[in-house]
Amino acid sequence: MTMPFYVSPEQMMQDRAEYAKKGIAKGRSIIAMEYDQGVLFVADNPSTSLFKISEIYDSIALSGAGRYSEFEHLRKAGIQHADVKGMMYSREDVTARSLANGYSQILGTIFSQEMKPYEVELLLAQVGETSEGNELYRITFDGSIIDERKFTAIGGRSEAILTYLRKETSDTCPSLSSALQLCQQAYEKGGDPKSGLAGLEVALLDRAQTGRKFRRITTSEATDLLV
Amino acid sequence: MNTDRIPFPSFSSDPCSSFYQFLTTQRPELLPMTRWGMLPAQQGSNELSLSHHSPPWPQGTTVLAFTYQNGVLIAGDRRATEGFQIATNRMDKVFQTDAFSAMAIAGAAGPCVEMAKLFRIELEHYEKLDGKPLTCEGKANRLGDMVKANFPMVLQGLVVIPLFVGYDQKREIGRLFKYDITGGRYEDTEFHAVGSGGKDARLTLKEHFRKHLPEDKAVRVALRALFNAAEEDVGTGGPDLHRRIFPTVKLVDRHGVKNVEDTQLATICQELLSQQGES
Repeated sequence: MTMPFYVSPEQMMQDRAEYAKKGIAKGRSIIAMEYDQGVLFVADNPSTSLFKISEIYDSIALSGAGRYSEFEHLRKAGIQHADVKGMMYSREDVTARSLANGYSQILGTIFSQEMKPYEVELLLAQVGETSEGNELYRITFDGSIIDERKFTAIGGRSEAILTYLRKETSDTCPSLSSALQLCQQAYEKGGDPKSGLAGLEVALLDRAQTGRKFRRITTSEATDLLV
Repeated sequence: MNTDRIPFPSFSSDPCSSFYQFLTTQRPELLPMTRWGMLPAQQGSNELSLSHHSPPWPQGTTVLAFTYQNGVLIAGDRRATEGFQIATNRMDKVFQTDAFSAMAIAGAAGPCVEMAKLFRIELEHYEKLDGKPLTCEGKANRLGDMVKANFPMVLQGLVVIPLFVGYDQKREIGRLFKYDITGGRYEDTEFHAVGSGGKDARLTLKEHFRKHLPEDKAVRVALRALFNAAEEDVGTGGPDLHRRIFPTVKLVDRHGVKNVEDTQLATICQELLSQQGES
């Protein structure tokens, strides 16, 4: 009988983390930013039919950077979880916090127990009745949850984008058009310089809407907002 | 090995983004249909459902729908009865199911409300998973499937009969679908009414319905039909001006689903009542 080579758990986790990070770094980046009427999502995505930002429930949206098939898997699971929970209890009982916990559990288990970790990073947001009620969660490939405020970014060039945003944002909550402008500039400065508005996927969780708060913004609508 | 089989079982067996299908396979215990339908049929339960005695649970009564100039109108009275008792005078039997569709239900009140709730989630679930809403036809077929699945409950007396209306954005018309207890789906281009006062409402509609009625006339015709049904049928509630309880009326057009305000309903009801006195 041959003995398997001994690999220390530290080494194994490090290798997996590196593998996952490499995969995510290849993905394009996504920004979520609070504005005075809700939460804005902007993704670097030239496709107009394959989305990176998705509605999960009435006031909750999810976006993901990394491997598309794995993100799609998690997105579907989230929608199913939310719809079942909303049916069993009430629509108000579906919260981003519990979804974030669920995602953390799934990603954590896959990271430590499966052969290959998921190469995705998630951004989950819920719009509250007031700005204080907004919730932003970033969930990494190993299942860690980071509770964010004001803005956050995931994906390949997220560090450069975050550096730019930290420098440029003020303490006050921006309006929708200035938030969108900030995100676009962040992409130009920190990310892919050639992506204009047409290369961005924009969606909102708009507090002013009744019922379902999620709304996609078309390129022409986004252009009008920036004027 | 069977070579005819498609080698991607999950791809072929799960083509739909259906919440109902998901519950059926993964969480059947949550489906109202299985919960009630799986109950052992009581002795003489068929007799119960087919006899003239009212079953001992609340029944929702008259709902109607017809096409008008801008799309389609759907309305219902507010009464639920339990035998000879009135269970409630403020029940809503007309539900908005998504941005461009609505349904109304007659039959056993509990399962009716459950079906409307489930159908709304079904449409939303599809829209979220697939990234775009179902077509009007697709929605109508999904509802038909749910009525079909309800059939075991029908045998126990829990009858649910929906009316479905939607605005077809592709064809730019309002469409109206009616169903039978077996899930049979029939499209109607003019009008339909179901429930205990359905026949009376249909008679009024037959007389007053015209193609392409303008909005205000359409609302008036709907209220008149419900009013007449309430006069002839004990199960249908008339407008209650003192407590300000009016029928539910929704209009579905290219802008979406709109509720007709109580103030407008009150004025028309007042007129109808005074006309009644004159004749």
